[in-house]
This record gives sequence, structure tokens and C-alpha cells, in this order.
Amino acid sequence: MPKSLNIVSANCGKVTPGNVEEYVRAGGYESLKKALSMQPRAIVDEVVASGLRGRGGAAFSTGSKWAHLLEVRENPKYIVCNADEGEPGTFKDKLLLEKDPLCVIEGMTIAGRVFDSHDGYIYIRGEYRSIQHSFQKAIDNAVAAGYLGNNILGSGFNFHLHIMTGAGAYVCGENSALLNSIEGKVGRPRIKPPHLAEVGLFQMPTLVNNVETFACIAPILRMGGEAFHAIGTAESGGTKLVCLSGHSARRGVYEVPFGVSLRDIIFDPELGGGIAGGKELKFFHLGGLSGSIGCPAQLDTPYSYECLVRTGLSVGSGAVVVADESVCVVDYLKGVLEFFLHESCGKCIPCQKGIRQMYTIICKLSEGKATQEDMCLLKELACMVTNVSFCGLGQTSARALMSAWKHFEPEFAAHLNKQCPAGVCKL
Amino acid sequence: MQPDCKNINLIIDGVPVSVPEGTTILDAAKKVGVKIPTLCHHPDLKVRATCRICVVEIKGQRKYKTACSTEVWEGAEVITNSPGVQQARKMVLELILAEHPQACLGCLRNTKCELQALTAEMGVANKNRLKKTVKVLPLDDCNGAIVRDASKCIQCGRCTEMCQEVQTVGAITTANRSMSYDVTTAFGKKLRETTCVYCGQCTTVCPVGALYEHDDTEKVWAALADPNKHVIVQTAPSVRVAIGDEFGLPAGTFSEGHMVAALRRIGFDKVFDTNWSADVTIMEEGHELIHRLTNRGVLPMITSCSPGWIKFIETFYPDMLPHLSTAKSPQQMFGALVKTFYAEKAGIDPANIVSVSVMPCTAKKIEAARPEMNDSGYRDVDIVITTREFARMIRRKGLDFCALPEEHFDDPMGVASGAGVIFGTSGGVMEAALRTVYEVVTKKELHALDFKAVRGQQGMKTAEVDLDGTPVKVVVVNGLKNARKILNEIREGKADYQFVEVMCCPGGCVGGGGQPVGTVRKTKASRMEGLYTADHKMNIRQSHKNPAVISMYKDFLGEPLGEKAHHLLHTHYTPREQQ
Repeated sequence: MPKSLNIVSANCGKVTPGNVEEYVRAGGYESLKKALSMQPRAIVDEVVASGLRGRGGAAFSTGSKWAHLLEVRENPKYIVCNADEGEPGTFKDKLLLEKDPLCVIEGMTIAGRVFDSHDGYIYIRGEYRSIQHSFQKAIDNAVAAGYLGNNILGSGFNFHLHIMTGAGAYVCGENSALLNSIEGKVGRPRIKPPHLAEVGLFQMPTLVNNVETFACIAPILRMGGEAFHAIGTAESGGTKLVCLSGHSARRGVYEVPFGVSLRDIIFDPELGGGIAGGKELKFFHLGGLSGSIGCPAQLDTPYSYECLVRTGLSVGSGAVVVADESVCVVDYLKGVLEFFLHESCGKCIPCQKGIRQMYTIICKLSEGKATQEDMCLLKELACMVTNVSFCGLGQTSARALMSAWKHFEPEFAAHLNKQCPAGVCKL
Repeated sequence: MQPDCKNINLIIDGVPVSVPEGTTILDAAKKVGVKIPTLCHHPDLKVRATCRICVVEIKGQRKYKTACSTEVWEGAEVITNSPGVQQARKMVLELILAEHPQACLGCLRNTKCELQALTAEMGVANKNRLKKTVKVLPLDDCNGAIVRDASKCIQCGRCTEMCQEVQTVGAITTANRSMSYDVTTAFGKKLRETTCVYCGQCTTVCPVGALYEHDDTEKVWAALADPNKHVIVQTAPSVRVAIGDEFGLPAGTFSEGHMVAALRRIGFDKVFDTNWSADVTIMEEGHELIHRLTNRGVLPMITSCSPGWIKFIETFYPDMLPHLSTAKSPQQMFGALVKTFYAEKAGIDPANIVSVSVMPCTAKKIEAARPEMNDSGYRDVDIVITTREFARMIRRKGLDFCALPEEHFDDPMGVASGAGVIFGTSGGVMEAALRTVYEVVTKKELHALDFKAVRGQQGMKTAEVDLDGTPVKVVVVNGLKNARKILNEIREGKADYQFVEVMCCPGGCVGGGGQPVGTVRKTKASRMEGLYTADHKMNIRQSHKNPAVISMYKDFLGEPLGEKAHHLLHTHYTPREQQ
């Protein structure tokens, strides 16, 4: 089995971004042409067969999402692309948006065709200012070439794409908060149900998918859902863009088929290439700060949704943050919690106030001032924030803490005794 | 239950229960005798599920669910109080307490605070294990109607929901995120500098002491203690069906007799009734309507008794002010007449009269303070207290409210018709006006006095009345969101009504912003029932047949809309800017 592939990222670096002619020459828009001649149901069947799961982090079955929305009768429906790539350590959507915008546009257009939707919105995070400009050019080019806008390829189907942006709130990556933000409201999550497939953007049925998910659609229609699925594992169809960062020797975005091992991703010379400076791997943080922390003993776990979940890890956004032995896990977690403390939207009590209390305790621990009682309280807080918070932000905010605690209990204990084994914390 | 409504079977704490589809776990649990704790939830407001204290465990599910927002489903097994749930709830409460001043003894809501009650119920002792961070924020108490003590706010969001969604005023909002997340006004301004209409609905839904009425009881005690002052009091129609709530009487109990006795015991020299001046209002407003109908005046004419509504239209629809009746509210008519008509009759120097009113309303305080409200030559109404403040006075005086022998109002401003008493509910002013307008216009006796189409708690109620061949279309709205709707329709020329009643608060004065804490839709329904029953029992049910009103016009005012009436009983309005 190859350890890296170029399926979703095939055009990246090979086609001038946004150039329709080159994109078409490379096989682009074949899928849209195909889709225009297919029944919506048949397209959804292909997506179901592909085993594609949401690439933003929640890993919900894209096929099920599409099939559900197809059943919803109300019109108009909206297609929304979540390009608010805010998960720390994640920059794979950035690659696609920058290097192959037309593939994302094609995926969205196909979705538009499936749901007879005439308007799509792509919510590009505020920090990606330059991408907003280049992406707009790609949209304009697609419209000029007849692949977007009115009467696409003479089929009578109209689909217009609009770029929206936020002001940099992490929580706007949560789909319902994102829709609020598009509507001009404060970007805070909505209460569910109703689900977005029923009551979404402007109160209408809405499909929200991640950039990478949309980028998978054209390849799926091109190669067929089953063939796409066959690349991966039983429950994880296709490939995944992983983002290596931290102390990795070869930081960057790589496309891997599901089923390769974590060891391959981090150490294979074609991929991560091991730890920079020849140091030892201490831990890795998967799926962004909302994901779990893993230890070297878990390196042989296959990288797939099902296998990672069994070991308490997750694919999440595809982030792989690598930390070498110089990193203090307590100090690292302080940074993680500080992030969530900064990004909590504040509307629910557990997240807003619970994270703050957790952060207070982890700070105490890193200063050597925490007590055993503090640690019990920390565990209780983490449990409560996970179980009770309003949205995914709070529910996942303690995941890194709890997983790291499991693997590095002695290091936590050392801090209680005013010792930092990595020599990072000033005790 | 609707006929097509399915029943759902589920198990709560081991007890099987069947409830209609769409019921929340919170309501379903009540059926098996389980009260799940809540804080942000309010039965009359949209579910927000932000405090998370109502979480329950569902068998087979990893995540907890909030009982307030989760609808039941077939076969669900709910555990409302597992050890894990209890621990999580306690922790949520501890988190709130860690940022709450916990200055209960000095708090106006002491013993009536939902946070306090919940803390007691859940047995959260002040464990001090969390980091305490109590923000000390400035008290906003300068507007004279509503006090906002942001330090006590627990960010439940009820007030913002009320202010934005129900009243569409938007004075209170949420701002910032994370630790800086705040329930506040735009740019942190004082309420006085916002679009606030002082309806006080926020004070009735606030679970703690973060929003409450400006307490003016000390001023009343001081006046009562002054031997040179002749202190009179008027009581609004809806107070008599609400005050009993404060003393354990069933919701809607008509306790006029106890109320009058309590006011006498407190020490007022005369106890009068706003119902009397409500009858006067009908005389003026009814004749104004007839005048507009027959002289091509601005139509539809809109009622003007609700001061929150007045501030709303002045602020948001200043171009629509000509639609407002120029008649003052019953409170202000009473005020103007007590220092003229009554002073003359009783031979008392109006300078020595202190005119107090007991109102279901916080906006009435602002109305009494409007600069133009001094047509008697003095401040027409000196002090306004709400039902809640009145209850506080009764307690401080040590009165056993329910044990007081029932007494009657004083003459002459205590004699009222059934039309006056129904002013306290949405639709009441309309019904009272129609009962009089019909007879004045047609010169025929009206036999069916009940206009049932305009009764009830629906946001918008319409009716058509035949005035001897002239059909008059009327509409009654309550709650400012509905007022906004009707104003937009009028502005766009889509409404062909001749007469509109607007009450600022949902349900009318029975649901006023000064009514006892804990007033909900059900309470309001009972209060409405109480008022209509009282009206039904009365011999005189039409304002123009009230002998005390007839003689007052004969001896003092002259004609309705006459020169004296115009001077004392009518007013003008001021367009305001939306800051």
C-alpha cells in the first residue's frame, strides 16, 4: 500500500490556481459534466458508497448528510462551505483554497446541482485575507468560462457562489455559529435540533461541509464511489490530508490513504521524516487542540476513524502536532487551555466559567502551587465541561488534558512535587 | 391536546409515562413528580439551554442532554438524578457562585431569588474550592424606574430574550466572549441612554437581583410620617388581582377589600381607585374617537394609557405620534384631578397633597416624572410604587394581609364601573371604550356588554362593531413586538382599523413589569379571569353610567373634551432619538 497519494491534492502545484483552462485540461469539471447528466439520487448514492466522512473534524458520514437533505422538501436550499479553518495545527484547507480553488468550487457546484440549490456560500476565515481575493478570482474565472453562474454548461442550472468572512472567532467553525455569522448575527452556536438540514442558513435547509469534503466530491464522481472507498479502510473511505507541524522534521500537508500507521505519518521519510534535530518523540496531538494527545506506544495504530477511536484518539481535522522530549506536557496543556479560554463564545456556563477554572488550576500546576485537591477538582471540572457544555468547543476542550493525563501521570505528579522533568516550568 | 397529536411513551427514573409528542423532558418529568432544576429556562420565553443545570442522563447515550431543550422520544429512558448528573449540576452551580457576590442579606431578591433557592435545594455549601472572581460593576440606578446591578447577573439571557425578542426594544444585549461575555447594554451605556422603554419585563424574568424596580417606598414612608401632608393613594385595576400572590393567595384572587384595608393601615389619608379615572379616560378617549370618526381625524386612533408603549412609539415610530389619543392615562388623569377637583371639594391646599399610586408597572414611574405632567399646577402624581413595592410595605408594616377585614374605597374617587376594572387586562380598554362609544353614537342601549373577541392573551385580537350602520374595525395588541407589527401595517397603509388598543406588556397590566416576580402566562390568565368576574358582578359596567364620574363632569369639568378637560386630561408627545 502506498504511503502517500495524490487524489484530492492532485492539482496542487501542478495547475495554476484558478486557471479554468489548465484545470479542465487536468481532468477538472469532468465530474460536474457527469453530474449534470445524473439524477441527484444517483450522485448521492456515489457519495454514500465512497464512505466519505466530514473532513472538518466531526467525521459525520457525508453520504448520510446528503441523503438526509435530499429528503427535505423545503426550498430554497443553501450550500455552505466551511472554510473557517481555525483548528490550531491545521492548514490543509488553506492548501486547497490556495492551490486548487476550482476543485472546491466544482464540489460545491455539484452539491448545488444535487439539491437544486442556486446559492452557495464559502465562509473563509478572516485570517485568510489574501485567499479571499484569489478565491474570488477563481470564482470569476469559473463564471466567465460557463462553469458557474447562470445556465451552467447550457444545462439551465444556475448556481452562484458568494464569499463570506468572519473576524477570527474559532467558534465560527462550528457550523451553526458559522451560519449565524453569515447572517450577520453574533457567531455563537445555535440550539439543536432543529438540524441545519431543516433549519439552516436564513432559516432554510442547508448543507454545510468542509473544504476538503467538497474537494473529495469531484474525485469521487470521477473514479466512482466504491473505488474511492477502496483506497481507505472499511469505515474510512479515501484519503486524508494531514498537517504535520511542531517538531516534525518535514512539516507540511501530506495526502495519505486511510490505513497507514501513525508511525508512517510521523517517521516515513516521504512524510514526516521523524523528529527535527534527531530528538526523541514525546507525544503527538491529533486532530487539533480539540483532539487527543497520543504517546509513542500508540504509534502503530492505523490512521483511520475506527482504529484511532479505539485507542482514544481521533482524526479530527487532520492535524498532527509532534512534540519532542524538550516539551513539558503541563506547559503544553496550559497553552491548549489558554486557547479555549480565549475562544469560548461565553454563552454557556460550563464552557465559559469551567475552562477558566481549569486554566487556573493548570497554571497553578505549572507554577508548582497545585495540590492534590486541585487535581481532583480539575478532573471533576474536565468531566463536567465535557459532558455538559453547549457545543463542541466546550465538549472537546478537556480532551487534550484528559488524554495527556492518562499517558503522563508521573509528569503531572512531578509538578505537584515542584519538579518539571522537561525543565520548562519555572517552579 | 390536538387530535392529530401522537403520544410518546418513555421511562423517567424507572417510571413509565406517556406524554404528547413535542413535550420536553423537563415537562415530562413533572408528570412523574420530578422537578428538574432550571435557571436560564423560563416557561414564557424561547428555550436557550445555556446554563446547562437541567442536564439529565439518557440510557445508552454518552452525552448528557438538557431537559429544557430536549423533546421526548419513544422508548427513551431518562435518569434525572444519577450521581454523575448531580455532580455536574453542583459544579455548574459552584461555577456561578464563584462569580456571584452572594450578598444575599442586602439584596432586594433575598428569599425570592432562584439562584438562592437552587443553592439551598442542591446543597451546595460555599466550598471555596474554585477561584473566586466577583466583578464589581457600577450600579445603574439613575433612571428612576429600573435598577441594573450587573455584578449580580448570572448571564442566563432571559432579560435579553425578553428585551430583544418579545419587546423588540433591544436595550439589553450580550457582548464579548469568554470571560468577558456580558449581558449589557450597547457600549455599556446606562439604561437611560438606551432605547429602554422601562416596561420592566426584564425585572420580572430576572432570576436574581440583577434587574429590579427602583424602590420608592422610603419616599412614601416619609410622606406618611409628615403630619402636614395629606397623603392619598390610587390603585391600578390589575393590582387587586396580583397582590395576593405575594401573600400566598391563589393566582388571580380578587383581593380588593384586603388591599384597601392594608393601604388604610399603612396610613394613607384617602384610598382611591384608578378604576374611577379609568372611567374618566373612557369618557375622554371615547369622545375623542367619535370626534375623529366624524371629523375625518387621524385614524386609526391608538390608545395611550401604557407609558412603556408611549416611550416605544416616541422612540421607534415618531412619525406615527398623531395616531395616539391625546387622552392621558388613568394614573395621570387621576393625578391632575386629585390636586384640582378633589382638593377643591375637600378644601385641602393641593400643595399639601401627596399623590401616590400603586401600579403594576415600572414605566409609570417615568410617566409621572414627565415634565409636562403638572397640569394641576403641581406634580400630578408624586410617587409611584409597583405591586412588588406595595407588598414590601405591607410586610414592613407587619400586616397579615389575608387576615385583614375587607374594606371599601373612599368617596368620591373610589366609585368605579366594571369598564374601569377591566383596564387591567389586554383588551379591557377596548371593551370599555366600545361599551360607551356604542351608546353615545347610536343613542341606543347596548345589551350585550361582553366583547369576547378582544379578550385573552393572544398577541393580536380583532373585532368589528356596527355603530348603527357604520362598521368600526378594531384591533387589540399586547407586547411590543405585536405593537411593532401593527404600526408597520398602519404605516404601509395595509391596516384599515379605526381604533387600536396597545398594551406594552404581554397580556396587558396583569403581566406588567411591576407585578410579583414569577408571573407567567398561567398567572396572567387567572388574573384576567379575576378581573372579568369582578366586572360581571358589578351593577354598573359602563363608564358613562358611573354616577361619580357623571357628577364630577357636572360639578367640575363640564363636557368631555371641553376646555377644562382638555387642559387637565389631555397631553402631547415628544419624538425621541434612537441613541
